[in-house]
Amino acid sequence: MVTTLFGYTIPRSWAAYLFILPCLAVTTLFFLVPLGMTAWMSLNEWPLLGHPSFAGLRNYLALFVDASFWGSLLFTVKYTLVVTPAIFLFAFALALLVQRGARFVGIFRTAYFLPVVIGMTSASLLWTWLFNDQVGIFSALLMDLGLVDEPVQWLGETNSALASIVTMVLWKAAGFTMVILLVGMQAIPVDLYEAAALDGAGWLRQIRSITIPLMRRTFALALTMSFIGSFLAFEQFFVMTRGGPFNSTITIVHWIYRASFTYFKLGYGAAMSMVLLLILLVLSGLQLWLLRDDKE
Amino acid sequence: MMLGRIEGFGGVVRGRAEVPPSRLALWWRRWGVNAAYYGLCTVLLLMFLFPIVWSLLTSFETAREASASPPAYWPSRFSIENYRNLANYGEGIGRYVWNSGSVALLTVIGTLVLATLGGYGFSRFRFPGRNALFMLILATLMIPFQSILNPLFILLRLLHLQDTHLGLALVYTTFQLPFAVFMMRNAFDAVPIEIEEAAVLDGCSPAGTLLRVMLPLVGPGLATVGLFAFFGSWNELLAALILVSDSRAYTLPVMLLNAQSGQLGAVNWGLMQAGIVLTIVPCAALFLLLQRYYISGLVAGAVKA
Repeated sequence: MVTTLFGYTIPRSWAAYLFILPCLAVTTLFFLVPLGMTAWMSLNEWPLLGHPSFAGLRNYLALFVDASFWGSLLFTVKYTLVVTPAIFLFAFALALLVQRGARFVGIFRTAYFLPVVIGMTSASLLWTWLFNDQVGIFSALLMDLGLVDEPVQWLGETNSALASIVTMVLWKAAGFTMVILLVGMQAIPVDLYEAAALDGAGWLRQIRSITIPLMRRTFALALTMSFIGSFLAFEQFFVMTRGGPFNSTITIVHWIYRASFTYFKLGYGAAMSMVLLLILLVLSGLQLWLLRDDKE
Repeated sequence: MMLGRIEGFGGVVRGRAEVPPSRLALWWRRWGVNAAYYGLCTVLLLMFLFPIVWSLLTSFETAREASASPPAYWPSRFSIENYRNLANYGEGIGRYVWNSGSVALLTVIGTLVLATLGGYGFSRFRFPGRNALFMLILATLMIPFQSILNPLFILLRLLHLQDTHLGLALVYTTFQLPFAVFMMRNAFDAVPIEIEEAAVLDGCSPAGTLLRVMLPLVGPGLATVGLFAFFGSWNELLAALILVSDSRAYTLPVMLLNAQSGQLGAVNWGLMQAGIVLTIVPCAALFLLLQRYYISGLVAGAVKA
């Protein structure tokens, strides 16, 4: 089969390659090549300026005994394990609330979703100000209500900083998970609820026996998406705590950034990137496995 | 496979089942339940909007009042002082808006062009390696861009694209491509083949068919892809932080972060709020205007999985 392109007669499959070529070229140059380079850089001593030198597995060995690396990995896991269920439960409650076809429900959905589009950096900057001990509203409110005597240093202590950031992320990300859950929720046939209601099942019983069992797949999707997203957390900690106090809130991406561009050890950063990449591949694999089509 | 759909956020969803007791009892019950329902929804709405509204109000206070400790609960008088200060910050705010704006625009254009061509190629042609190449593009979703930033830094320096709008936009475009190509392929798949065959019979070349016949039919897909590309690039921090070192080329998030670090420890909180408002407004406006396209993108992503 032939076709014409700009007046020339060519086989139709050639035209297909021409269409997908630009997309493949960009993906190759800015994705596949850097991916290979990460692996290569991780095997080198690679300063920001000056010449790299081959180092074998030395970066990986150094990483293995680097307490800061393990600390950041542990903290990232801790943050992920706290924030993922928090977002999920909050978003599920929101989805239940706005799934009914009530009047004005569109306004509520839009408002709950709005923080999703404003960007993690703006959101973090905004909440740093809200949580500030001198000019922030939260501390001032508590003082005016007589609940505390001096300004609260929300971001000054590890656990309260984590709680503050989780609060911000709930505000920022719950709307996203809410929409994902809504999609699954509305795919459940209405007659199931009608039949259950006829059998005398109340609202809670309907949720327990119909909504939750039928939404397993959507739950898996929402949970794995926010798990993966949280594992890659950076902006909220970089902006709100700068990794402090005493480097206790540094996430893995933040630590890679710092090793590479504050300490100028690009090779070492690349080795950590490889570890991160491996973890994420496992998580994505797990996601695919959880979401696999049972029919096949 | 289709899991159901949300017709934009304003769309009314089918109601859930109701037990049918007496009419009066039902009326009373609904009234009470509704009051509680709307009360709860409204409280949540206020909680979600509060930080944005609070920042907006503070941005219109005087600079002194905005940095007062403890903070004022209500602006004592309206002032655009903070916006004036913002206008003169660093190289002038226009510079950073221009940087962010042109990077975002280049990213949107790049993503739209590449994804349209790619999506059309994957949707309408049969050729050796089609599935493998499509899977390759989708597989890039599994690898976080955060893990390839070090080589991208080296690569852009080699290509002399460091500190340029084009360099940053190319990187952002690459991150957008898997989702964008997936969306556009679906959009083209949904157009009946007969329409295209008619165009070919009339003597249209593939390029002509795509441009004049198909493109108008995949408008919603283009809107979705464009929106995601805009939000992704306008708000991105980490790559901008790494790939841009010249302070004149800073994007808005990077510039705001620097302003928050403060000069000698003193943060100009009023200026910060003005900057945050300025960064949020385009996103909020675009979302409110085009939310059905944004949501349909999310739904497509959720259904695909």
